[in-house]
Amino acid sequence: MIHPIPAGTRDVLPDEMRELRTITAALGGAFERAGYGEVLTPALEYEEVLRTGDASAAGAGYRMFDEQGQVLALRSDMTIPIARLVATRFRGVEGPLRLSYSGHAYRAVAHGSGQQREFLQNGLELIGAEGAEAEAEVIALTLTALDEVGLARHRVGLGDGALYRTLLDGLDVPEERRGPLLDCLSQRDLVTLGRHVEQLGLEPGARDLLVRVPELRGGAEVLESADGPLGSSLAREALDGLRALIQALSERGMADRVILDLGLVLELSYYTGAVYEVYDPAVGFALGGGGRYDDLIGRFGDPRPACGVALDVQRVHIAQAAEERLQ
Amino acid sequence: MREARLTVAVPRGALFGDTLDLLDRLGVDTSEVRSNDRKLLFEDAGIVTMRPSDVPTYVEHGAADIGITGKDVLLEAPERDVYELLDLGYGRCEMVVAARSGDDALGEAQRRLGRVRVGTKYPRIAERHFAETGRQAEIVAVKGSVELAPLTGLVDGIVDLTATGRTLSENGLEVVEEIVTCTARLIANPVAHKLKADRIDALVERIRGGRG
Repeated sequence: MIHPIPAGTRDVLPDEMRELRTITAALGGAFERAGYGEVLTPALEYEEVLRTGDASAAGAGYRMFDEQGQVLALRSDMTIPIARLVATRFRGVEGPLRLSYSGHAYRAVAHGSGQQREFLQNGLELIGAEGAEAEAEVIALTLTALDEVGLARHRVGLGDGALYRTLLDGLDVPEERRGPLLDCLSQRDLVTLGRHVEQLGLEPGARDLLVRVPELRGGAEVLESADGPLGSSLAREALDGLRALIQALSERGMADRVILDLGLVLELSYYTGAVYEVYDPAVGFALGGGGRYDDLIGRFGDPRPACGVALDVQRVHIAQAAEERLQ
Repeated sequence: MREARLTVAVPRGALFGDTLDLLDRLGVDTSEVRSNDRKLLFEDAGIVTMRPSDVPTYVEHGAADIGITGKDVLLEAPERDVYELLDLGYGRCEMVVAARSGDDALGEAQRRLGRVRVGTKYPRIAERHFAETGRQAEIVAVKGSVELAPLTGLVDGIVDLTATGRTLSENGLEVVEEIVTCTARLIANPVAHKLKADRIDALVERIRGGRG
């Protein structure tokens, strides 16, 4: 007889569980030693809370009514619940706060896509700290925590979530033309992006900048090639921010483990500055991601700058197993 | 994903010949691929061959770093998270709405029954096209020769890909609307796009240069 479980969910048996526990313990231990205290929030939140954080409730796929008819949602992300927690439980407490978590989040999945409906995330949030130093701390800790798990070839891709929008602002691209451009960028469709840019009727220098920036990936030299006379006048803040972050990472000996990617865009709308993703050559998907979200906690009434990162434990496990096979 | 070099997902079928010609120009040895149509994996050349609609799946999961497939396939699988890097220009086809020549089956169904029935191998493209043009459509997914569906009365019209229109006219069908032009596209896995940026960029530059 077959008693199915929903697609994208899993039962975990002892052999796998032992390995997962080792990973979460290594990550959690590294975070704890760096001063990040672990917190736990409910898997169920009022939908309104998630909507306060993100207009699309961060893509929450499952809603239900409680006894009073209020709409509950299964969290699809850990950062919004933690923003709520900080604004309520730590109100008036002086920062910076260093928090970590390990918990499940939930998203709707397309049939047959192999995506996870329920996924375990380990992550951290650095709250009340501005600037490149804070971002460098989060990125460096992410890299070393994954070292402790046993990964060796992982890298962090680093971009700025506001960069392309800033360029469009600076070039006076009309509001109604920006949506399609930004959609193409987040869907990674550079062919259609190029066609939309052609139709804007910009001068050649501006047109090249909009086409070229999403393709720019690599080391610090990438910033120089975006930083022509036009790029620097339009996106000075974003480029300087990334430059300062690379500098802070190189002081930590981490700069060669970071890949700048000026086309990087994350789907969540609350990122305001630096964004990053974690890659390992053994896994075709990002192991995790994060960024700076300076407005999010303010939406819950306690404005504080913040940045963080979330790792998908199951994908980290795949990378770890591949690394062991290599050795 | 292998460390050493790029693994390319190559579509068998209509795009196969042009794709192998492109790889030849890029200095990949495709002689074994051309001479053996049963074998699927060619490790020496870094080539895996598959049906075009599987290319985005292999590339999204990183089983191939880059791949070549038709825009029609990408439009039909929008949830696949891959970079679309280049329009390769070849394999040009039109996605069209077609119906029986001589009568207005689609228009009549629309007027009298309030909806049209449409047979297709591309249910998502068809659904989107009719929604965007404000018409109610009942999409009937078929796998094989879709030209048969309107001739037997299964549907009022079809949405299908056509290069020359010959198969349509030989079956007494005609194009009533053009939806979108589809060509071959170069796609890349998002992780390979960062970790193998040098090799992917070099490839893209060579293809662009070769065309210019």
